Amino acid sequence: MAIISTAGLARTFQTKRGPVEAVSGIDLAVHEGEILGFLGPNGAGKTTTLRMLTTLLAPSGGAATVAGHDLATDPGGVRRACGYVAQSGGVDTQITVREELVTQGRLYRLDRARAAERAEELARDLDLTELLDRKCAALSGGQRRRLDIAMALTHRPKVLFLDEPTTGLDPRSRAGLWDLVRRLRDEHGTTVFLTTHYLDEADALADRLVVVDRGVVVAEGTPAALKLEYGGSADASLQDTFLAITGRGATPADTAPVAV
Amino acid sequence: MLFHDTALIYGRYLRQSLRSRFALLFGVLMPLLYLLFFGPLLTDLPLGGKGSSWQLLVPGLLLQLGLFGASFAGFTIIIEKGQGVVERMRVTPVSRLALLLGRVLRDATVFVFQAVLLVLAAVVMGLRAPLAGVLIGFVFVALLTASLAALSYALAMRVETPQGFGPTINALTMPSMLLSGLMLPMTLGPAWLDVLSHLMPFRYLVDAVRDAYVGSYATAHMLYGSIVAVALTILAVTVGTRVFRTAGA
Repeated sequence: MAIISTAGLARTFQTKRGPVEAVSGIDLAVHEGEILGFLGPNGAGKTTTLRMLTTLLAPSGGAATVAGHDLATDPGGVRRACGYVAQSGGVDTQITVREELVTQGRLYRLDRARAAERAEELARDLDLTELLDRKCAALSGGQRRRLDIAMALTHRPKVLFLDEPTTGLDPRSRAGLWDLVRRLRDEHGTTVFLTTHYLDEADALADRLVVVDRGVVVAEGTPAALKLEYGGSADASLQDTFLAITGRGATPADTAPVAV
Repeated sequence: MLFHDTALIYGRYLRQSLRSRFALLFGVLMPLLYLLFFGPLLTDLPLGGKGSSWQLLVPGLLLQLGLFGASFAGFTIIIEKGQGVVERMRVTPVSRLALLLGRVLRDATVFVFQAVLLVLAAVVMGLRAPLAGVLIGFVFVALLTASLAALSYALAMRVETPQGFGPTINALTMPSMLLSGLMLPMTLGPAWLDVLSHLMPFRYLVDAVRDAYVGSYATAHMLYGSIVAVALTILAVTVGTRVFRTAGA
């Protein structure tokens, strides 16, 4: 069953030099409980798509439903059903971890006592308990990312959108974050929609990949299927597969993958 | 829900203001310097109107405090946009209007607090004015700062960088201050300047507060000042709401 489905989802930005089509028309379906890797070169329209699906940006064309809520007619329903972690994160560095978590709970309309309780729960789940009374500025990169995710999980969303969640993290923090994402899916059935530039991450974590280029979906399938179709063999690296898909258009790989 | 959310956002940002006590007091510094080093120059000058020079100067300084302070309120939202805080809040079900109103009410609170400090300092310097008039002055400060802060946030949601925001605000606030007659009444100047200053909304506000400070409450100035202040607030909150509802910021 598709928990996210889009049809021709598009966004054109008006700029001084005329309209720029950031997303030309995305058609995709994400299944419930799946970890979906959303890949594409810089400027392909990944973040714009994510911002549309999370109600931050109104689409200029097409339609989408997220967790049964129509993006255009029921943005409030979409907001209650999903969590979003932007590339930049989103905490005020001058206040404590606890205050941010409690305020986030209150923004999701929990009462004061319940919000305080939920902050403790989230801190326990995401290994932040010791850090609760520290200022956000005092956290390491990996701790900050865990806090960002904790904030997005406040209301136990059905769908979690992560925009380049491991960019800038050290290898240990990255591995920890992968475990966390898997645990969310395995224990809570959360659907995870994540963008990444790290192909090893996509390979290790995602059940299925969707590759976008120039604002449209150019390939989709399991990592293994994509490697076979575009990389030439099931043993091809995802790097070569990705280049075959985006570097020279979405043609079947009858030519050898470029060396990098 | 709007009330709940507004109270929540108000609390968050009021705590933010209380954390930086220095900034909280620093805002009073500029008008305080005018009070100390400019105010005494006026005491023996013929300025027209009823009352002492302090009853004329202090209303102007109160509005100056609001004008310069609240116009720059948007800076904080530019910083928060960079940190991702604005988007993080916008993906929650929180009311969009509350994101604006909570901030604006915080600003009104902070500037009224600063206005109280300024009036206390002015009393030490020699100001004597009826309490009702002084309280009316605070209401005008609250309305002015709420309007300007709402407009400032709306502009800040639309600009990308502080480099674009700062000069724009400066270019608007300086002429507004000079043309509104905040320092000295415009009636002292040539007719063309007096006419020009009537195009400035703040002119009506300062005239009203000056009347209040000399205890004249049922005047044309008071009527026009109230109309302009309320109209400005409605306009600014409407503009702000539209931007906060739609902005892909």
